[in-house]
Amino acid sequence: MYDAGKIIVGLIIFLVLITSPVWYNMASGKSEVVPQPKIITAEKECVMGTEYMREKHMDLLNEWRDKAVREGERIHAAPNGRKFNMSLTGTCLNCHSNKTEFCDACHNYSAVGQPYCWDCHNIPEEIK
Amino acid sequence: MGIDRRKFLTIAGLTAASVIGRKALGDSLSVAPESNLLPEENRLIGHRWAMVVDLRKCKEQHNCTKCIDACNAVHNIPQFDNPKDEVKWIWKEHFKEAFPNQEKEYILEGLLETPITVMCNHCDNPPCVRVCPTQATWKREDGIVMMDMHRCIGCRYCVAACPYGSRSFNWRDPRPFIKEINKDYPTRTRGVVEKCNFCAERLARGQMPACVEACEEKALIFGDLEDPDSEVRALLRENFAIRRKPNLGTNPEVYYIV
Amino acid sequence: MLEKALVGDKKYWTWVGFLLVVIGIGFIAYLRQLANGLTVTGLSRDVTWGFYIAQFTFLVGVAASAVMVVLPYYLHNYKAFGKLTILGEFVAISSVIMCMLFIFVDMGQPFRIMNVILHPTPNSLMFWDMFVLSGYLVLNVLISRITLDSERKGIAPPGWIKPIILLSIPWAISIHTVTAFLYSGLAARAFWMTAVLAPRFLASAFASGPALLILIVFVIRKYTRFDPGKEPVQKLAEIVTYAMAFNIFLILMEVFTVLYSSIPEHIEHFQFLFLGLHGNNTLVPWMWTSVILAILALILLINPKTRRNESVLGVACVAVFASIWIDKGLGMVVTGFTPSPLGAVTKYWPTWNELLIAIGVYAIGFLMVTVFYKITLSLRGEISAPAKIEEKARVGSTV
Repeated sequence: MYDAGKIIVGLIIFLVLITSPVWYNMASGKSEVVPQPKIITAEKECVMGTEYMREKHMDLLNEWRDKAVREGERIHAAPNGRKFNMSLTGTCLNCHSNKTEFCDACHNYSAVGQPYCWDCHNIPEEIK
Repeated sequence: MGIDRRKFLTIAGLTAASVIGRKALGDSLSVAPESNLLPEENRLIGHRWAMVVDLRKCKEQHNCTKCIDACNAVHNIPQFDNPKDEVKWIWKEHFKEAFPNQEKEYILEGLLETPITVMCNHCDNPPCVRVCPTQATWKREDGIVMMDMHRCIGCRYCVAACPYGSRSFNWRDPRPFIKEINKDYPTRTRGVVEKCNFCAERLARGQMPACVEACEEKALIFGDLEDPDSEVRALLRENFAIRRKPNLGTNPEVYYIV
Repeated sequence: MLEKALVGDKKYWTWVGFLLVVIGIGFIAYLRQLANGLTVTGLSRDVTWGFYIAQFTFLVGVAASAVMVVLPYYLHNYKAFGKLTILGEFVAISSVIMCMLFIFVDMGQPFRIMNVILHPTPNSLMFWDMFVLSGYLVLNVLISRITLDSERKGIAPPGWIKPIILLSIPWAISIHTVTAFLYSGLAARAFWMTAVLAPRFLASAFASGPALLILIVFVIRKYTRFDPGKEPVQKLAEIVTYAMAFNIFLILMEVFTVLYSSIPEHIEHFQFLFLGLHGNNTLVPWMWTSVILAILALILLINPKTRRNESVLGVACVAVFASIWIDKGLGMVVTGFTPSPLGAVTKYWPTWNELLIAIGVYAIGFLMVTVFYKITLSLRGEISAPAKIEEKARVGSTV
């Protein structure tokens, strides 16, 4: 390889720079504070089990989106037999009415940021 | 083993492309759960939804905008001060613009001056659906030409294809221009196309379209064209009705009684 | 091979630097469009496609025109085009990439572009256009790389590339045909709904593309040791002549059909173009300029004496290129929307933001052509200066 020394030094500088946010977060201890999304609803059960929702809520939302808009199916049957309207604002946010403390808490932590749902879908008045 | 510059660049490029490609594909490849869906209880079911506009009744009320206002309020339609950015689902046109090549000097008195209520025709053979490259717009089994604003890439091919000017594009973020947001219906984001959806979301709840409900003169009549006992069929049986640009073969499902 | 583009004299770097600055400005303008939406353009509810889509349409023609050097060389064994084929292919590659960029900057939701592949829709011409354009890009990248590689090594190109080259000929026709179908299949737009649109597109492409190639040859001949000789330039000039004559013929066919039949919704578009409609005459001076340039070009090209004079030929080629650019890059798209299907005549003119983005895309195209040509000519040893650095780079690349 030509100029091996220069290339390797350059690569190392590049790697350090690109991973610097990781080092910064580790040093400042920010990454160790695990978010605690706040659930404030009186409801006991969600439209699916907690474990499932924690891992796969985005898949469920995509499925609801396609079913409601494209297939005209708007009723979701929960595992316990209850029926829900497939609606982000009307159903999900009805219980999780504190978007900042519930959705954003994790999304900001995991750097998924703001999904574009909220560009169109309304966020109800937040209840703390 | 030697690796020359070209090979290195090729591999690096392909890797980057595959990472980007997988990220873009990931969203749709994830498997959603099976849940058994139940039919909705009180929704309105039709086989061929259609609208009849009774211009005889419309003619009496030149300045009436109740149907338009109702639609705007229900669907969060923005009101821009600049006509360039305009979005509209239902609006009024002059007779000669709504029915080009049909205006004659001495036709039925007052008809030329009657503002014609126009909207998406929910064509049987919709050119917009034919051209859409992503199936973001499609025809439902009940005849409604739907829009999936999640899917739309904003190419505006459908706008070019629609012979009725029924489609609007969101040139900018509409939210600041909506007077009062109806929380039950989403707004749109910039960069997508939208149009009248025959109130598919209201039909699913067992309600009539907002414009039909708002029209006190009963000039807008909505119903199932395949049901021989429906009100729309009765009206079409007993009155002479015209459609917009029938020569294009799009088969509009909005009928105008003159 | 890429290293050949990284060495060059001051003139080369000034030109490259200038292009990079223009691209940078275009990129900033694009970020502004991304942040505010397409409202920063002059487009509106009535005129929904404009300058971007028009440039796309024009450049598809330039891309397709490479076939005018490839076909005589490979199909008729016309040796004089030997030095030009690869230059034509590089213009094609750059044009196709510009086409794609113009589509991209026109999209309302550019980050959803993968939806076209995720939800393939064969009934949409847009889907087919994407397919033929990317196919054409792949074909030309492959062909130019293989042939240039063989040229560098001083050997004949491998046999398997020949059928691929032959395939690229009908493929070039297909990209402009499908692009014409995008328009001519729309019953809503009387101006575009004509069967001569695809032939017209091809005729204008085969005039403007080779005209551009002649001009490029004149420019690089001035700055480098590259000289393909008089014969291929004259042959290209003949191609431009025939194509331009045919293009004008087809336009006249269109004008006759529309005027004689007198169907209002067809005539109105031509009124808008050449006379102005309801006080909107934004395109009138442009279209008459296009007509005058076309006539001038035809006179200069048909007459053998003027055609053989290279400085006059240069003027004729500029006239052809400008005339067709006005016709396709300004008139074609906007006029389809004026008047709208509801009779509205809405004024459209590109905004500064829109123009800066478009110029930025063109600069990317010019940069690609520059780099590709620099590599090719360096390999052929036809770059005049600086010879020493050139040698060094060559030694480096063989290790």
